[in-house]
Amino acid sequence: MSLLTVTDLVKTFGEGDTATRVLRGLNLTLEKGQMAALLGPSGSGKSTLLTILGTLMQPTSGAHVMLGVDLTTATDAEQTAFRNRHIGFVFQFHNLLPDFTALENVIFPTAIREGRETAAARRRGADLLTRMGLAERIDYPSTNLSGGQKQRVAVARALMNAPELVLADEPTGNLDRASALQVMELIGQINRDEGTTFLISTHDEKIAATCTRQIIVGDGQVTG
Amino acid sequence: MLYALKIASRYLTASKAQTALLVLGVAVGVFIFIFMSALIGGLAEFILSRTAGDISHVTIEAEEIDPVLLLALPGEVLLAQETASETADLREAAGFIPLIEALPEVRAVSPQITGAGFLRRGTKVAQVTVTGLEAGRESAILNLDSYMVEGDARLRSGAVLLGRTLVDDMGLALGQTVVLQSADGVEVALTLTGIYQIGTGGGPDRRMAYVSLPTARTLFAMPQGLSRIEIKLFDLYAADAVTLRVEGLTGLPATSWTEDGAQLLEALKAQAQTGYFLKTFAMITIIIGVASALLLSTYRRRPEIGIMRAMGASRLFVVGVFVTQGALIGVLGGLSGAVLGYLALLPFPTRDAFRSGTLPMDITQGSYGLAITLTVIGAILASILPARAAARVDPVTAIGQ
Repeated sequence: MSLLTVTDLVKTFGEGDTATRVLRGLNLTLEKGQMAALLGPSGSGKSTLLTILGTLMQPTSGAHVMLGVDLTTATDAEQTAFRNRHIGFVFQFHNLLPDFTALENVIFPTAIREGRETAAARRRGADLLTRMGLAERIDYPSTNLSGGQKQRVAVARALMNAPELVLADEPTGNLDRASALQVMELIGQINRDEGTTFLISTHDEKIAATCTRQIIVGDGQVTG
Repeated sequence: MLYALKIASRYLTASKAQTALLVLGVAVGVFIFIFMSALIGGLAEFILSRTAGDISHVTIEAEEIDPVLLLALPGEVLLAQETASETADLREAAGFIPLIEALPEVRAVSPQITGAGFLRRGTKVAQVTVTGLEAGRESAILNLDSYMVEGDARLRSGAVLLGRTLVDDMGLALGQTVVLQSADGVEVALTLTGIYQIGTGGGPDRRMAYVSLPTARTLFAMPQGLSRIEIKLFDLYAADAVTLRVEGLTGLPATSWTEDGAQLLEALKAQAQTGYFLKTFAMITIIIGVASALLLSTYRRRPEIGIMRAMGASRLFVVGVFVTQGALIGVLGGLSGAVLGYLALLPFPTRDAFRSGTLPMDITQGSYGLAITLTVIGAILASILPARAAARVDPVTAIGQ
């Protein structure tokens, strides 16, 4: 059962002579529960594709449908609400809010939807951090955590609203080998246990090997 | 918007020194606003109490008696009679006093007999304007009591109150006897029971003599009637309306102080406008200060705003965070400034104790509530521009920074 489909996706930056076409009629379907690695050389359009799939950017043309919703025609407010409810992000750099604790960072996506930090959100946030091996670090300021710990907090935050899709852009790019494998193991476990779909952009063949599907992007199109 | 409030407070507490400076800046603006309000208000109060506050706000005065017409015969000279020697009177006016006193706007009523006279002691003679006041109402209009430097303001029978300059010119001392002669030639011997000092030498301190109403009746040969009735109001700006009411009520000609005090009113209005300008500039300073600080904060927190947007925070939510920051700064700065202003005004004398030479600050006219309200509104308005800039942050480029 397909979670999302993109058809003839085109993204062009700039205009006229300086225009750069990054995506050139890209087609892709992701099934629910897949754990897919997105591979390709730098400049192949991986990050642009993830940004469009995350509704953070509009394609120049083409169709982007997720959970039956045509996201190319949705308004900014509709896309924002959709992103909050159905999509989680893990970035290469953890991107935690520096003035907040680990738990506050994790429950952030739920709190902005609910308008406050509910007890239920705190419980789920604490559970997620415990699963990430950070039970002792729940109330730590995010700035006091190590790089690997921060990235695990970022994974917990991406899962907070139980999204159908988590987009991860080089999630282990800034981590040492041990921390990278630890993060990938956690992602694999969540994929297996909860059926969350992951699309992980990476240059690392070993990281890609932990995924159940490899999607290769080259010259703005899916090539394999 | 509880969560926006939490984030806004967290941002403010995260940079304590910066927030403290910002709140202090706003507080100083509010302090200036309150200080100026108290000064302008106090000054107006002081000027009014020293000018319009000591004069009659509505005056009922007898119309001038036309001089007797002297028909000129061929070869003879036509003479005009001087009005100063003739005392006009309001024969039935005394009966209206209870009616006037019953008006809610009226603070005090003073029936008077006035006329010209000469003060004589030995070979020294001075021309004076004599005012006969009713006992117990000596300070009803001009607060004579507050200007007494020797003796007291009570006008007993046979007593006279004179100004410091006139007393010095005549070489008089308290308790001495002087002769007061009216323009009609009637003489009475009076005892100096009080010396007042209103100004710096001229005017009332040199030319006025206050006597009791019965003494004035004797001097000016007025067994009944009055020369004028002076009325003091609670709100001197209501004088024009009360004048019409008094005229309607009594049928007597009445005059509002504003007819002669137009220049004073203009001056007070100009002074108030100066105050408005200064307060407006204080508010503009607050708005610019808050706006620039929040704009800097927006720029510094661009990556975080990008993260919030990526996590599904709406543009409205981002606007809410920054507007709430502005409101919090406004509340904190407004309250701090109001407290500072109040404390700074405490050492100044109260409005009832204003004296020449002291700064007439009126602590009750600090406009504290207005200052806080305007500051909060100003800070919220100031935060709208940074908030809109924050809401327009592109999450992709912001996160990539």
